[in-house]
Amino acid sequence: MSKPPKSPHLLSRRRLLQGGSALAGGLLVPAWLPLALPRSAAADVVKSTRLGDGSGGFGAFVQVGLDGVLTVISPKIEMGQGIQTSIAMMVAEELEVPLSQVLVQEAVPDAALYTDPLLGGQVTGGSTSTRYVWEPLRRAGATARILLSQAAAIRWQIAPSQCHARQGHVYGPGTLQAAYGELVEDAARLPVPENVPLKHYRDFVLIGSPAQRLDTPNKVNGKALFTIDLVVPDMKIASVMACPVFGGRLISVDGSKAKAIAGVLDIIELENAVAVTGTTTWACFQGLKALEIIWDYGKSAGVNSEALEAALMTASKGEGVIVVDTGDAVQSLKTAASRLDAVYQQPFLSRSPLEPMTCVAHVQSDRCTLWVGTQVPGAAQQTAAKVTGLPLASIKVHNQLIGGAFGRRLDFDFITQAVEIAKRVSYPIKLIWSREEDMTHDLYRPHYVDRMSAALDAQKRLVGWQHKITGASIIARYLGGLPASGIDADAVEVASDPIYSLSNLKLHYIREDPNVFPVSWWRGVGALRGTFPVECFIDELAHHAKTDPVQYRLALIQNPRAREVLRMLAEKSDWGNALSAGEGRGVAVSNVFGSFVATLVQLRVSSGTELQITRLVSVIDCGLVTNPRSVKAQIEGGTLFGLSASLFNEITVEDGRVQQNNFHQYRQLRMSDAPPVEVHLISSNESPGGVGEAGTALIAPALVNALYAASGQRIRQLPLKRFGFYTTNRALS
Amino acid sequence: MQKLTVNGKTLSVDVSPDTPLLWVLRDSLGLTGTKYGCGIGQCGACTVHLDGVAVRSCVLPVSSIAEQVITTIEVIASDRIGQKVQTAWLAEEVVQCGYCQSGQIMSAVALLHRNLSVSESDIVSAMSGNICRCATYTRIRTAIKNVALELAQGNVNE
Repeated sequence: MSKPPKSPHLLSRRRLLQGGSALAGGLLVPAWLPLALPRSAAADVVKSTRLGDGSGGFGAFVQVGLDGVLTVISPKIEMGQGIQTSIAMMVAEELEVPLSQVLVQEAVPDAALYTDPLLGGQVTGGSTSTRYVWEPLRRAGATARILLSQAAAIRWQIAPSQCHARQGHVYGPGTLQAAYGELVEDAARLPVPENVPLKHYRDFVLIGSPAQRLDTPNKVNGKALFTIDLVVPDMKIASVMACPVFGGRLISVDGSKAKAIAGVLDIIELENAVAVTGTTTWACFQGLKALEIIWDYGKSAGVNSEALEAALMTASKGEGVIVVDTGDAVQSLKTAASRLDAVYQQPFLSRSPLEPMTCVAHVQSDRCTLWVGTQVPGAAQQTAAKVTGLPLASIKVHNQLIGGAFGRRLDFDFITQAVEIAKRVSYPIKLIWSREEDMTHDLYRPHYVDRMSAALDAQKRLVGWQHKITGASIIARYLGGLPASGIDADAVEVASDPIYSLSNLKLHYIREDPNVFPVSWWRGVGALRGTFPVECFIDELAHHAKTDPVQYRLALIQNPRAREVLRMLAEKSDWGNALSAGEGRGVAVSNVFGSFVATLVQLRVSSGTELQITRLVSVIDCGLVTNPRSVKAQIEGGTLFGLSASLFNEITVEDGRVQQNNFHQYRQLRMSDAPPVEVHLISSNESPGGVGEAGTALIAPALVNALYAASGQRIRQLPLKRFGFYTTNRALS
Repeated sequence: MQKLTVNGKTLSVDVSPDTPLLWVLRDSLGLTGTKYGCGIGQCGACTVHLDGVAVRSCVLPVSSIAEQVITTIEVIASDRIGQKVQTAWLAEEVVQCGYCQSGQIMSAVALLHRNLSVSESDIVSAMSGNICRCATYTRIRTAIKNVALELAQGNVNE
């Protein structure tokens, strides 16, 4: 079964449960416990669900109905990565229930229950999901299974060891058997066991076997509802036009022409934007076009990309704060037989998920209800409380399927805006941003400058490494500041802990924020940011030493998992075999999100700037795999997502305005550009690592390294379009 | 009032003639399977069929449709090829976030109705108007090839 649709009037299952119907028995989320379970076990259930103390639990995650249906409450939102299917597999594995009998439901905001300790909040992002849920969700399933077995043992007056659970039933000696649904009420009265053992990986039946995603059948027939598709009673549409310059403010608006458009209802003035509400999206879009607005553009009105880049370049020559200083890299550079220096740049990027920012909000005098696909439901609840002045308990957040995020829905600016609009009208609104609004009011992956210096001995062996990272601090923008060290842990990722043995290593972090231009995370986050300069520079050093780039890396890598992904990549990609003229291969290897990944690009350059990717191979060791189908799909899609930006994408600013406003100016990879991606998984029993962003982090360095191998041209700044490169597809050439 | 034939039903909608078909489907008729992505015919999320031909409904004024028959993702399962495409999509595990997939499927079905012996370059030409930010392109390509193969096989056997 796939999860139920959750448009407000279709919330049948959830409503039934919240209404305390006969179905709502047994092992429930804490909010529902008082309905039927007036006993001490209830408190234990709540206590045991607290995370971060290693105790695991089941009450927050697992619910077995009297009908035997297993509902898994997912602390992670589905945005295409397949996480909810993986979570269902983990619980079903330990609870001994067929995957087809599992429903998945989004968790409500509850920091005490659903905080991901890797992220410090109820957040979906940073490729942490599997790593976080792996233990507590399996333990939740195992705890529920043991309680159900104990309940059966008591009923049958036998020892629990004489019972075993299988396929949603508990079996005893002879013909004794009971379905879970018949046992849940008794089971919920039992004290919650501690130190529940988990299955050994050798005994996994579901985990590790390819499973079809639970959410996809409704995504091929138009039935899956995203936020943009929701309808609540009496709802109207809203759309906005914000000041085109970040940091600007609204002075005045004349909405008389807009009001004359059929279907337009209200013009709402916000601090930095104007909203139009109406009966249809088209009426709102037309209404926005008809507004006559006077803006105060503010202090960023003169900002442009050249000035931002110049400021970064100047800052990058400073010292910043020292992140790592082992050995004496500065001295090694002074005494080196020779040195190699390089400056790498990565541009501003937009996330541009295909479903634009959208949020349904209803503000009433005593409550506020949000229906919104968000990576941060807790933050959504908090911002609504702040805007409305209502207590947190009066804010309901119904999380929704997400039509692409890539980091965009870690920010809740559009949710705040939806609540501000809804507060001013008497009806619920569905705020829909136009694509133009979405692209010009994103929060952008910052422009980074990396200065790299290597000290080499007489044999051109690497003896010292100095790396200066300059760019905006996303952590400071997102959390309101940096720790006392002044180090942005995201910005220095990979660079601060390279897989290479570097005896003299000095790493600097230089924070340079781009005025009021907002910055945020882009799929791949710090791992992508750091892997690009490190893997390009290592490649430069290998070629400089006239050493095979794979062998050069292996000589510097100790970690056996990193060595193995690179070794297998070389084997699978026929590394070393002869290539035709104009063709070249490039690799990159990195430890990202708790996984080890190596990627190879093989490409041909013709006519100087025509690129044809002839092979794209990736090897990943992400530890124990829950759903191999999802891992492969994520590496494929994630790699091509990164390829798209590496080839084409750069956000630029002129007069304080983002110059790209739709896909004709911010070209995306299309089928004609997309090479097949060969993905190989290394069988591993290590703890699970992240995969959603792992492929994305590796592609850019592999691409530019291949370009160098093919053409001798070393590109140190993305995207390749900057230098006139374009792609052709095999099928069309 | 605009008279339209949508998914086999003839109906009237009270919208201004310049309204793009996309918003008539989504806001007036509640057919939300067809998605908004760009509004300028760049991404293909809004793809529907007009007399069986794939068109971008976000740039198609409702007044220009006249007698042409509109088909959306909601009824594509009742089409023999449409049903096979949906099945192939699931078998190949094409879908990630899923937002663009209605449009991808509508483009693929129109292609296969036109041409069952599709070459790689036919597929690329027909599908390159549809953006998938999750970049599921290689699986889409495989799924379409598989359907074409299956249908060609079936036609031989019939």
